[in-house]
Amino acid sequence: MLEIRNLHVSAEGKEILRGIDLKVNPGEVHSIMGPNGSGKSTLAHVLSGREGYEITAGEVDFKGQDLLDMKPEERAREGVFLAFQYPVEIPGVNNTYFLRAALNAIRRHRGEEELDAMEFLRLARSKAKLLKMDQSLLSRPVNEGFSGGEKKRNEIFQMSILEPTLGILDETDSGLDIDALKIVSEGVNALRSPERAFVIVTHYQRLLEYIVPDFVHVLDRGRIVKSGDKTLALELEKRGYSWLREEAGEAQPVA
Amino acid sequence: MSTETDELQKLADEEYKYGFVTDIESEALPPGLSEDVIRLISSKKREPEWMLEWRLKAYHQWMKMKEPDWAFVTYPKIDYQDIVYYSAPKSKSDGPQSLDEIDPELLETYKKLGIPLEEQEVLAGVAVDAVFDSVSVATTFREKLGEQGIIFCPMSEALQEHPDLVRKYLGSVVPYSDNFFAALNSAVFSDGSFCYIPKGVRCPMELSTYFRINAAKTGQFERTLIVADEGSYVSYLEGCTAPMRDENQLHAAVVELVALKDATIKYSTIQNWYPGDDEGVGGIYNFVTKRGKCLGANSRISWTQVETGSAITWKYPSCILIGDNSKGEFYSVALTKKRQQADTGTKMIHIGKNTRSNIVSKGISAGHGQNTYRGLGKINKNAKNARNYTQCDSMLIGSECGAHTFPYIEIGNSTAHMEHEASTSKIGEDQIFYCQQRGLSAEDAVSMIVNGFCKEVFKELPMEFAVEAQKLLAVNLEGSVG
Repeated sequence: MLEIRNLHVSAEGKEILRGIDLKVNPGEVHSIMGPNGSGKSTLAHVLSGREGYEITAGEVDFKGQDLLDMKPEERAREGVFLAFQYPVEIPGVNNTYFLRAALNAIRRHRGEEELDAMEFLRLARSKAKLLKMDQSLLSRPVNEGFSGGEKKRNEIFQMSILEPTLGILDETDSGLDIDALKIVSEGVNALRSPERAFVIVTHYQRLLEYIVPDFVHVLDRGRIVKSGDKTLALELEKRGYSWLREEAGEAQPVA
Repeated sequence: MSTETDELQKLADEEYKYGFVTDIESEALPPGLSEDVIRLISSKKREPEWMLEWRLKAYHQWMKMKEPDWAFVTYPKIDYQDIVYYSAPKSKSDGPQSLDEIDPELLETYKKLGIPLEEQEVLAGVAVDAVFDSVSVATTFREKLGEQGIIFCPMSEALQEHPDLVRKYLGSVVPYSDNFFAALNSAVFSDGSFCYIPKGVRCPMELSTYFRINAAKTGQFERTLIVADEGSYVSYLEGCTAPMRDENQLHAAVVELVALKDATIKYSTIQNWYPGDDEGVGGIYNFVTKRGKCLGANSRISWTQVETGSAITWKYPSCILIGDNSKGEFYSVALTKKRQQADTGTKMIHIGKNTRSNIVSKGISAGHGQNTYRGLGKINKNAKNARNYTQCDSMLIGSECGAHTFPYIEIGNSTAHMEHEASTSKIGEDQIFYCQQRGLSAEDAVSMIVNGFCKEVFKELPMEFAVEAQKLLAVNLEGSVG
């Protein structure tokens, strides 16, 4: 579904990603871990099409298409969803109105019929219930005045409505207490399916207790330095990241 | 250039959609202003003698006045002798009696503007007093309103049929000596609307006027007077567009509102005059004086405006709060793009006790647009416990535009309560990206964000008008969708 080959990315003249290779198949959950500044969020941003990055080498194939050649909204309509680390506030724009416009843009792209306000409201209410989201958040302006936890829950709520094929979660666990973390994880787990894949960017192993990944990759200084299964996350939890650097340093002396 | 900036550029360059010219025979005076021209205008309208005298006084006053230069706008000097002061579509001798008698091409023009009169008559229940250039050509629903004693007619007709009412209130809010443009208007105004709501009557429908400047080099100087008698209520809508022309056209209107005891007047404007092209060639000079007097206790005047057009806007719909417990409101959205300049805001003059005023101003600047909010909150020494709240927000789209705020506060007693909040934000690339990541185009994202920004003002508009305002902003910002 997603294949990243030798991806090099710079921002403001500084190379952040230095040759990423990653293959994600439908149904898989991949977790990207790594210390601060390793390039985790950059990877999430580049995949979703955020501006401000320069792709200096490499390619990304998404369902047979050149992902890097697509506008952000085209990627979204094709099924790429980014749950933001810092969800953006849009004052004055009703959450339900916003999301219906988004869903209908996606449905138009797929050649499906648009949902009217009533149909959408029914859908939104049922999804909100699943995520134990306060119904009043549906009619408030997008993310405005939401608590940190509400914002993150709103991201997962949006994802459950838009039903993407590739969900990218950028540090969704940051700023969540344990109860919220559980609810958010349940939301994500409910969306897991053989057709859908997830890339979960996280700093801590905690989230992975609830959303169990098939693969764990460790990103350090712009490269994936180690890949493994969920046990790798546990090992990282115990030993931190520094041992990997030593290991990598021995295997691949810096030129 | 980034793609988002490209989008924004495209949005800011959106073409004017109402730039068509209607080819109908019109009867116009040669350009220039003199006593003779004023006499001619007055006699064409068979006005009473006092009206002519008033016009002439205004003219002589105007000759002594200087064009104001304090606004934050620049434009080449206007040659007032190069303007046509009277132009009327040729019509049958006594004017049309029904829609059937209106020039079909004229009706077509209204259709292009999106105001099919026939349909409005039947469906929307909106009575429209349509001003085409200088003379009212169609007034609908007159009879129905008449049953309740409501007068809604062209100013020229009001001068014939209700001279005492007009004489009592005309110039009582904006005297002819008020300012340069008001004096000019008083001297040469050719038509406009007059509206009187009798005691205790709640006007059963929104009253609406559409103005359109059609003839080249024609100034439009309409004059509107609305009087709401004790305990009455009226909501009045005004919309404006003008065809695309290379030369600038002057629009110097005067609107006067009078609210007596317990009366409420809501006045809503959607202004979409031709803004000029990318280089700032052409476009309307919109120099307008609008003012309301809350004369009686517990009266209320509310101005709502959505200003998207005109090369230059110079306009400060104001309230003079004389009656105790009276209330003045001003809700404004002003959009400037291309080379448009707007210097707009309000004056709230508190004279009576416990008077309140509320100001919400939303300025949006795109392209090379310059947007200025200028507002005065004045509380006189006898206005005990007066309160004013001002909120003024600016949004910038792109990096070539500007937003400016000039608040003036004068407080004459210690019981006054004044609050002022202001903010300036740049439309966030973060916000646009967030919307795009959910599947919306950059165009739709900008339109949605801007509409959200303006929501507090739009909710003050009557429903159909709010929809129109949103569409208008979308058209102005968004590029043709689909």
